[in-house]
Amino acid sequence: MLNKTPFKPFLVAALVLGSVAVQAHRAWIVPQETVLSGENRWVSFDAAVSNDIFLANYNPGRFSDVQVLNPDGSAGQVENLHTGKYRSVFDLALKQEGTYRLFIASSGLRALWEEDGQRRMYPGRGEQYSAEGFAKAVPENAEKLVVSQASRRMETFVTLGAPSRNALAASGQGLELVAVTHPNDLFAGEEASFRFLIDGEAAQGADVTLIREGTRYRNAQEAITLKTNSKGEITVRWNGAGRYFLEAEYKDNKAQKPATERSGSYVAVLEVLPD
Amino acid sequence: MKNPIPRSLLPALLLAATQCVSVQSASAAELTLAVEIPRQNVAEYHKPYVAIWIENNSTRAVTNLAVWYDAEMRNNEGEKWLKDMRQWWRRSGRTLQMPVDGVTGATKGSGQHHLQFHFGSAPLHELAGGDYTLRIEAAREVGGREVVDIPFSWPQTQPATFTASGSTELGAVAVSIKP
Repeated sequence: MLNKTPFKPFLVAALVLGSVAVQAHRAWIVPQETVLSGENRWVSFDAAVSNDIFLANYNPGRFSDVQVLNPDGSAGQVENLHTGKYRSVFDLALKQEGTYRLFIASSGLRALWEEDGQRRMYPGRGEQYSAEGFAKAVPENAEKLVVSQASRRMETFVTLGAPSRNALAASGQGLELVAVTHPNDLFAGEEASFRFLIDGEAAQGADVTLIREGTRYRNAQEAITLKTNSKGEITVRWNGAGRYFLEAEYKDNKAQKPATERSGSYVAVLEVLPD
Repeated sequence: MKNPIPRSLLPALLLAATQCVSVQSASAAELTLAVEIPRQNVAEYHKPYVAIWIENNSTRAVTNLAVWYDAEMRNNEGEKWLKDMRQWWRRSGRTLQMPVDGVTGATKGSGQHHLQFHFGSAPLHELAGGDYTLRIEAAREVGGREVVDIPFSWPQTQPATFTASGSTELGAVAVSIKP
């Protein structure tokens, strides 16, 4: 089924992230460290799907198609992927100086409507979207039709030596983060700014939540909740040093036909260092 | 910050002062540094990595005076921990090609360490008049990390000493400037 090669990574990713949306679990990729010195270093990553921040206790996700952008903009690859019961682990060799981006991204259309009082959906579970399939499955004047154009992206960043910005360039598709403050140059006592784009344009009014790791050892989530301004920007005051789970949600009605609404979800794992 | 000079540092400072008079012409302005690395009562001890640099008041590194790290390890493995001196790494370390002539050196054990620099020559260079901070950052493998800041102004009309002290990874630190 997943044999249209150019789209395969996206579709597999869609399955991982799709389950996140439906079951309200969180998927994450956590680097063991984000700022490195020396030559030819390696970073190990933990990845999983769970509700708890960086506590692998639900399922290991499917990370075989995680993509890597090297500091020079070329594509890289993770190695030594192992999938355990609750957690996936893999490594990345840092052979160039600068900032690496690891991500899983997907986008697609989904139609919801009613027929004879029954809720219908296209594409169904395990199906993939196509214009022909859409035309065949969705009636011309379907009742209560909502066609959503949804994008998802999950990513993290690591840097060997001085931070660089080649790998941080926006793709112009879906909801994405543009680094104002470099994501590998974050310090507890300083503010950091990030801009969010939807299909390359400022995502105004996106809801952004940041939660510091270690929720297991405190009674409250202590989430930082922010809304992007007219430039799509937020400014974050950190709750101390640690790794953070950042989640952004955006929705509007500026979708391209046949979609009637457009939504994006974005997740990043960031490390904030002590001053 | 301008604490009296700890008694324990005085002989060292005086010694350093006399030494440079004998070597340098009387007009050469100099900066003398006394740094104490405390003895640690721990099971596993590694000598700390230490970076000493001067920043101007917009927190830009002006000059690196010393970086003590393990440069002797096979395949430059010692560079792996340079980033643990986080503030130094961020301000200049990450853009440097290690080792740096006249700046980098071997790690040093506990005790008093004395350094002497001359304004106008490497690695101190000539400083424009203004307010500066001399910063010392120490990070120890399987240990802690500490930064000690010593604000000072340049130039000085009279010999002046500025002191500060760390509490864990660094002990007493004194900066003496001879105009």
